[in-house]
Amino acid sequence: MMDAAEKSFIIRMFHVHHNFGPQKVLIDINLDIAKNEFVFISGPSGAGKTTLLKLLYLVEPVSEGQVLIDGINITRIPRKKMPYLRRKFGVIFQDYKLIATKSVYDNLALVLEAAGAKRRIIQKKVKSILRLVGMEDRLKSFPPSLSGGEQQRIAVARAIIGDPKIILADEPTGSLDDESAEAILDLLEGVHTRGATVIIATHDKALMRKAGGHVLTLKQGRLETSRFLEKQYDDAILQTGDR
Amino acid sequence: MMMRFFKRAIDDIFQNRFLNFVTIITISLAILIASAFILFFVNTNEIINSWKRDLRILAYLKTGTHNADLTNLERTIQSLAGVQTLRFISKQEALDRLKTQMKHQSSLFENLSENPLPDSFEIRMTASTGNWQKIESLAAQIESLELIEEVEYGRRWIGRFARIISLFRLAGYAMGALFFMATVFIVANTIRLVIYSRREEVEIMRLVGATDRFIKMPFYIEGLIQGGLGAFIGLVMLFISFFFISANIEQGVSPGLFRPQFLSPTTIGGILLGSMLVGWLGCYISLKQFLKA
Repeated sequence: MMDAAEKSFIIRMFHVHHNFGPQKVLIDINLDIAKNEFVFISGPSGAGKTTLLKLLYLVEPVSEGQVLIDGINITRIPRKKMPYLRRKFGVIFQDYKLIATKSVYDNLALVLEAAGAKRRIIQKKVKSILRLVGMEDRLKSFPPSLSGGEQQRIAVARAIIGDPKIILADEPTGSLDDESAEAILDLLEGVHTRGATVIIATHDKALMRKAGGHVLTLKQGRLETSRFLEKQYDDAILQTGDR
Repeated sequence: MMMRFFKRAIDDIFQNRFLNFVTIITISLAILIASAFILFFVNTNEIINSWKRDLRILAYLKTGTHNADLTNLERTIQSLAGVQTLRFISKQEALDRLKTQMKHQSSLFENLSENPLPDSFEIRMTASTGNWQKIESLAAQIESLELIEEVEYGRRWIGRFARIISLFRLAGYAMGALFFMATVFIVANTIRLVIYSRREEVEIMRLVGATDRFIKMPFYIEGLIQGGLGAFIGLVMLFISFFFISANIEQGVSPGLFRPQFLSPTTIGGILLGSMLVGWLGCYISLKQFLKA
């Protein structure tokens, strides 16, 4: 039986460690993320932000401790069931990870095809999601022909097309200009409004202030602080830097 | 879903044209060599069988065998297992036959003072006596009869030929097994190269929640297509070679005596399926290693 806390938390970590050989990358992480939270994982480079996300979407193993995702203990999940757990996530990578040899349509359709959706539904959903990210005219384009901002918008589209419960974004605005960064943030806020939990790993303080939310700060593999940041509606923040 | 996998497999083949071309040609050459062996065995078997069908045992009688003993001897031979018919050939009939066969060297017979040939029985065997051991055993039984001087059934050269063919067959099996393994290895390596060139794509598929089955199926279909196409090309090459070689054999070497035949539809089907199995197996080995990693 799930208790009330487990029901309201979509991610729970108990004394989680991750070692890379002799190197300790994450040390004794304890955290709870509630459903439909907007969370930032911040910290300097090498603090373990990306590794923390990788533990969640099962790319890196948990060396010690327990991780519950939507009530499922991922440290005990059999390999065969991993794809089904991964479908709870929509992941946005810093380097986009779009398949260069496939068209924008095929890149997006892949998520739905993998989940066994019907062709008619796939066509409909891909078109509507492209409209949402403002790229309906690039259906047949190939990723290398798109700008960085456009590629990231497609990456966001791919992350949200399967209606996942959790969106994980690793430095989603890291290599983008301010305008593109704002567009990506708007998209993520839109997904959040529709009920998804959004977790963003970033060291972009301006982005955090602009969006507001639960900020978890990592330092040398340890969770240092956990605080709530109010959303600031000052456009100047993005322009004054601090990124 | 199968149609989608099939479409992805076809797209992948076109995207990796060179690697797929190399694999298909490798398979087709292996199939060409292996099926050329099969074709050789099929035809040599046919030759041996036709010889066996025509095979007769000639039992030469001792000189001075009386006519009265002939009936008894005929009955004794007829009663032996495996004998279908027997016919008495007198020494005069044998000489006449020899003269007809050697009519261009008729001068050889001019100085003969007496007929040197013995009386004989020409014995034909039942179809069940096709086995070489049975023929030998029957010949030994006839030779052991009191009035029989010698039996002749071409044992030396036909026996030797049959043994050589058996050796060839053994070598063929060994070579077939080697070709099978080598081709599986080559296909596995080519597929590994294809997967390696698309490792990022496979990785992305996994990250977006694709199951192993979803990732593997197009590769398996690709392997089956490679195997099928390879076999088709190999068999077409074999047929073209066969067409030219058999025309030469029929016209030049032994007209009317032996008609070379191509592989039966069942054998062709078997080769196609075997080749597709090779393609699939190559994929299976590569994918197992890759996805484990």
